[in-house]
Amino acid sequence: MFFLIIKRILLGFITLIIVSLITFVGTEVLPGDACTTYLEREAYGAALEACYERLGLNVPAHERYLSWAYNVIQGDFGYSLSGQMPINEVLGPRVKNSMVLASAAIIIGIPIALILGIVTALWRDKLPDITISTVTIFAMTIPEFISATLLILIVAIWLEWLPGIVIVPTDVTITELLPNIILPVIAIAMIMTAHMARMVRSSVIQVMSSDYVQMAILKGVPYWKMVFKHVLPNALLPAINVVALTIAWLLGGVVVTEVVFNYPGLGRLVIESISNRDLPTVQALAIILASIYVSINLIADLLTLMLNPRLKTLQIRK
Amino acid sequence: MEKIIQKVKNLSVGFKSQKGKEISILKNITTNIKKGETVGIVGESGSGKSTLALAMMGYVKQGLFTMGGECIFNSSNLLAMGNRELEKVRGRKIAMIPQNAGQSLTPNLKIGYQIDEALKLHTNLNKNERDKKISELLNKVRLPSPETIALRYPHELSGGQQQRVAVGMALAGNPDLLLLDEPTTGLDVTTQAHVLELLNFIAKDTGTSMVYVSHDLGAIAQVSDRIIVMYSGEIVLEGPARDILKQPIHPYTYGLLKSIPKLSLAGLPDSMPGSQPQPGAKTKGCSFYDRCNLAEDKCKKNSPNLEYVSELKTSVRCFNYKKLIEQKSEKQSNIKRNEKNIKINEILNLTDVSISYAKQKLLDQIFNKITDSNPTVKDINIDINKGETIALVGESGSGKSTILKSIAGLLRTKEGNIKFDQDRILSNDLKKRSSGDLRAIQLIFQNPDESLNPNHTVEEILAQPLKLYFGLSGEELKNNIIGLLEKVRLGKFYLARYPRQLSGGEKQRVAVARAFAAKPDVILCDEVTSALDVSVQAAVLNLLQQLKEDFGTTYIFVSHDLAVVRAISDRVAVLYQGRLCEIGPSKNVYKFPSHPYTEVLLGAVLEPDPDIKPKLVAEDIVEDKPPEKGCCFQGRCPRFLGDKCKNETPPWQIGDNGNAIRCHINIKDLEKKQNGN
Repeated sequence: MFFLIIKRILLGFITLIIVSLITFVGTEVLPGDACTTYLEREAYGAALEACYERLGLNVPAHERYLSWAYNVIQGDFGYSLSGQMPINEVLGPRVKNSMVLASAAIIIGIPIALILGIVTALWRDKLPDITISTVTIFAMTIPEFISATLLILIVAIWLEWLPGIVIVPTDVTITELLPNIILPVIAIAMIMTAHMARMVRSSVIQVMSSDYVQMAILKGVPYWKMVFKHVLPNALLPAINVVALTIAWLLGGVVVTEVVFNYPGLGRLVIESISNRDLPTVQALAIILASIYVSINLIADLLTLMLNPRLKTLQIRK
Repeated sequence: MEKIIQKVKNLSVGFKSQKGKEISILKNITTNIKKGETVGIVGESGSGKSTLALAMMGYVKQGLFTMGGECIFNSSNLLAMGNRELEKVRGRKIAMIPQNAGQSLTPNLKIGYQIDEALKLHTNLNKNERDKKISELLNKVRLPSPETIALRYPHELSGGQQQRVAVGMALAGNPDLLLLDEPTTGLDVTTQAHVLELLNFIAKDTGTSMVYVSHDLGAIAQVSDRIIVMYSGEIVLEGPARDILKQPIHPYTYGLLKSIPKLSLAGLPDSMPGSQPQPGAKTKGCSFYDRCNLAEDKCKKNSPNLEYVSELKTSVRCFNYKKLIEQKSEKQSNIKRNEKNIKINEILNLTDVSISYAKQKLLDQIFNKITDSNPTVKDINIDINKGETIALVGESGSGKSTILKSIAGLLRTKEGNIKFDQDRILSNDLKKRSSGDLRAIQLIFQNPDESLNPNHTVEEILAQPLKLYFGLSGEELKNNIIGLLEKVRLGKFYLARYPRQLSGGEKQRVAVARAFAAKPDVILCDEVTSALDVSVQAAVLNLLQQLKEDFGTTYIFVSHDLAVVRAISDRVAVLYQGRLCEIGPSKNVYKFPSHPYTEVLLGAVLEPDPDIKPKLVAEDIVEDKPPEKGCCFQGRCPRFLGDKCKNETPPWQIGDNGNAIRCHINIKDLEKKQNGN
């Protein structure tokens, strides 16, 4: 088990190195560089040379990669181009904001998704299932920019209950931020919950038709006891990985929603730094998003491994 | 009169078709289960036997509904009860032992918990008493060290152990009636015999009534006092076990018994034409009419009733059963196999073949070699002659399918080589084999549902090898496909059908035709009849034999069913844990089994005859891995000698009958000992 964890962490690390290489090479081959973007029409002669000198772009690419990587390991992503600020300072509040949005969506969305999924599965083809399933299909198919816009129209403009877009500085405190995130959270949670509920539903239905559930019924196990002891632990195991992917997706910034609500999270930063050709920030974001995905998947896999006795023995035997 | 514990009265169960028509799966079933008796319900797949057993617990599968009738237990109708009341009957009064215990035990709960759950629900014992009872139950079903078993998860046990746990769990509530749904199907022969023996013991010990549902007349014969034969949702024959097996007076049962290959008889069993009608397909007349050789006009128009024949104490659903009574049970006719045309021309030579499933370490991958001191399959030397049928038999894990895969090139060998046509060594790597070599060796798989592409029509399936190997097209291609279909006795109209529109037997015929399309020299048959019903199995075996005689093909036939192997093979190789134990001409191996493992295997075979009891000579332990040194069978051998068997690899000995065995004991002594038994 211990050996397995070490192995998985190593593999995750290798993934990150590969991601960093790809982004680095990608930014290298693109025509133009940070200086030409920054200086725009003045990008020639002495000014350009000075800029290269200042940003250290005149050394060979592999040396730059190594020194960049060395700094990144120490937690320093260098300077952003547009703001001329340390990237760490740019990223910090954005990561925090995205975390707040993601946690709120997770805390609200996951329990609702589980309950809806289980209810629809247990009352399969009955009225609760038909109503909830219809609603979830709608929630799943309406794109976020439409649902987000509708929310703004109804709740913010017609009813005037909540602010329609987030107009706060990037580094506000969480309490100040809270009323602003309600609408974005609803917009995100709708899609997320709908997807997960459908997943849980089919998983529960599959387990309900398994031989061991039939056996439990024939053994005389009362219905709810059977649901909680025999059905749910087995049905929810596969859900862990889906939940993990959803969390990673949320933390990585829900680009569309953030843009619609003008929310200062990671997703908007991605868009902004790409359109500003702020290459150091793009690189930093790529690494951070990749590490979020890698670590959350790692946690999910280890969790499944621990909860599923079948996989556990299999791994130990190996 | 004996007490009746379960009364099934005019029971009909069915489903609603997509067009809203009600289609019955069980038609008007009436029968009684008496206290202390074991009733066998036998029938082929789709005969409604499992549905009947489940209904006896008041359970109707999702999608089905009760169309009428009752199942009366303790003077109340189970089918009209609410779930609350049923919870008090299920597991306490009536318990079920399922077909596939591996899938019927909840995977995330420990064995001990699952038995404890039943005890908690159905007894008033406290925690300590329950713990004691769990050990007691596990002991009763003869599981070693019950305390440790209770702490295991289902997947950590072998198939036989899981089945025993299921039996133990069913006994937890001390039920009056045990329902067994194919409890031994899917288990190895020796395990199966042991589980049946255990069930017999429990029936005697506790006086529980049992309903034993199975397609296997061999298993039914060993346990039942009374037998119910079902066909197409109806009871067609019901009576004392002995009479039904010795003198079946319904033409279906008669044919079914004749289609079972038997150990004592060489040659192929008789087959029954056709297959069971689909539910709802037949509206009037006898449901067996199409396949019956006693059928008359009235059978087509009127359905016969279940008629009680008092002199035989048997009920039968047939107008012409008297003809079968008069017809003195003649000897099994046996289609004689033509054994003479085997030329001593070797077509495949397996020399020192070893195969390993061990995962390659990084270093070995780089140097492209396999290091494994104890490979799954080791030291296989078999020379296969042109035109012969050689069978590989053994329990699961014996490596028989592994060897087949290696011959087909699907698995690399670790050591040794496979020579084709005496001169060419077949490449280890499938991609390096020439098109001719690929064509020469064809595979037929166990399950045609999985080996036929569901999105291709029969025509497309058969066209592929013809296009690939012979480049046929147009009219010629079509004629060839029709020719192939005729050879496997399927008509032209099958061309446009998809696999799902065919019955199990028809699908396997298409798979056979596909193999023959390549005009191969060798066909590898991997459990080709295991997924089929008995009557269909006989037909497929006959077809394979016929085709072999026409084309002079060589078969390598893998099966766990010793009686099937007896019927079709010329020579048989017995494998244990990937090592050869015995090889020789079938008739001699079966008549004079010399190797102790062959003796164990043959002893455990269940014959559909209540007078032939299986002989259980060895424990049914499951070994994970073959032993590192010494004889492969040392762990279970009833004639274990001690250190010699543990440390030395036994030598080959050749007996007077042409059997070669690998054993430390002199072959003559072994033969004497076994005849003495």
